[in-house]
Amino acid sequence: MVVLARFGRGVRVAAMWTLLVALAVVVLYPLLWMVTNALKTNAELFANPFALPSSPVWQNFATAWRQGVGDFVFTSVSLTVLATLITELISAWAAYGLTRVSIPLNRTFTVLVLAGLMLAPTVALIPLVKMFQGMGLYDSFFGLLILYTAFRIPFTVFLMRAYMLDLPREVDEAASIDGASRAATFWRIILPMSMPIVITTIVLNVLQNWNEYLFAMVFTSGTGVQTLPVGLADLMSKNGTQYPVVFAGMVMAALPMVILFFVCQRYFVRGLAGGVGK
Amino acid sequence: MTTTQAPPAPVRTRLDRGRTAPAAGAPGGGRRRAPSWRGLVWLIPALAVLAVFVYWPLLQNILFSFLKWNIYSGEQTFVGTQNYTNLAGDPVFWRALGNNAWYAGLSIVFQVFGALVLAAIVESVRSERWRKAFRAIYFIPSAISLTVAGLLFYFIYQPQTGLLNVFLDNLGLGQFSQAWLGHEGTAIFAIIAMSQWQGFGYSVLLFSVALQRIPQELYEAAQLDGVGPVRRFFDVSLPLVREMTGLMMIVTISGAFQVFNEVMVMTSGGPNNSSQVLGTWLYHAGFVTNDFGSAAAIGVAIFVITLVLAVAQLAYSRRRRVEW
Repeated sequence: MVVLARFGRGVRVAAMWTLLVALAVVVLYPLLWMVTNALKTNAELFANPFALPSSPVWQNFATAWRQGVGDFVFTSVSLTVLATLITELISAWAAYGLTRVSIPLNRTFTVLVLAGLMLAPTVALIPLVKMFQGMGLYDSFFGLLILYTAFRIPFTVFLMRAYMLDLPREVDEAASIDGASRAATFWRIILPMSMPIVITTIVLNVLQNWNEYLFAMVFTSGTGVQTLPVGLADLMSKNGTQYPVVFAGMVMAALPMVILFFVCQRYFVRGLAGGVGK
Repeated sequence: MTTTQAPPAPVRTRLDRGRTAPAAGAPGGGRRRAPSWRGLVWLIPALAVLAVFVYWPLLQNILFSFLKWNIYSGEQTFVGTQNYTNLAGDPVFWRALGNNAWYAGLSIVFQVFGALVLAAIVESVRSERWRKAFRAIYFIPSAISLTVAGLLFYFIYQPQTGLLNVFLDNLGLGQFSQAWLGHEGTAIFAIIAMSQWQGFGYSVLLFSVALQRIPQELYEAAQLDGVGPVRRFFDVSLPLVREMTGLMMIVTISGAFQVFNEVMVMTSGGPNNSSQVLGTWLYHAGFVTNDFGSAAAIGVAIFVITLVLAVAQLAYSRRRRVEW
């Protein structure tokens, strides 16, 4: 019996490992395929999708960069950095105000800020386009910056507020006794104490802004301010025959976020878990 | 099972925590200052940006849905509920709604229940290093954008040189190979399949965190009572991650009704509108046929669906949690 039970357990463990490894292959193989395709010649890519490149064509990356990916990267990096920075600032102020400054109607304001969490960006799309066309913000870097910032504030405040509520009250008291102003308390004490959640939200906002597609597509019309996701989709339709170049572009778009994930895994987990538990 | 990796983060995140926090008047701790409007300066930037660029357009969208636009003169006329009745008679709208429903249903099967089972299997691996490795590998597609994933699968689904068809041919299953994105019957399901590939690792990661919070003693007690691993999953794990499962379901359904990116990249709703979803049909109405009124009405439909789900989510997370 014991032997039989052991045998049963062995079969089960083997089945589990097979499943886990098979899934890992299903996840990794397409990604690997993307990288190898980026290093092939066009002929090789069409000849046999499973074959490895005979000699890696690093040139594809340079070609992609020249054909616009360089510009897309520049736009995406600036947009991601600026939008994340502004979102963090505005959200940290708001979270501080909502949790540690006594304001009348505190609860109403909290609901007003957090209700934005419920809104799908598509719902506001048509009026936003009209508004931006009227304000001259359509097809501009600044317009995208505003959209990226505005729509990330509710989520960022939501996570920061939960964190700041848990900081001990005595901290503010002590600062107050020492004669620190509200602003000084925020900049010198509360903000530094909130660094873990600030980093978490930075990581999540960077991921979101780098990968955003809806606004970037609808609010630009193919001139100068295309972000990487939109530019790539465009590159493919323009570059119908030079697929390896498109793959090179895709690798360049994907790699930074994969690296970010591995470097900041801890913060990802915290932020994602918090985001769902709202 | 482990409790080491990624200790349950101290994010406690319920909207109603405002109640347990010092109520209005007390925040700011020892200062005991009376509430003052001066504190509003901290909130003004956020409130102003949200009011102008989020809430105002939302209200406008509702208004727009009762108007008819003349694209040439820009003239707007009030048409009552005509946009809505048009929508109700539009077969593509219903098809899009149905596709969103398929998206939601299949995502629940794979990204909620499938991911939960998978997370339990991952957590049952003895070596911590392998547990970490599997969680990380499964998450990678969630870090790359839906645009890149969509383009990648566009190539994988290519009829002649695509990975999938060549793979089927090599297995001797050539009769199943086809233009996955080019057929009305398969396009939306090919997209949904890509989205499961892209998103399941995210759910696995979240469920792993939830499972790690279950005290090990409960499993040990069950094991001592001779309870096998399958029953341990159903009798111990499942009840204790019920809240997470419920939340994930709502979040997943809500996400499924907001789909846009991958459909746009892979098929733009084609062929013959067979893979349209509400988001892309709104885009089509607004920017291809320039019928802003109808687009706004579709926007209201998305708004109502997501609002109902958000309220459900809120109600759900307010229920008392399982504590231990």
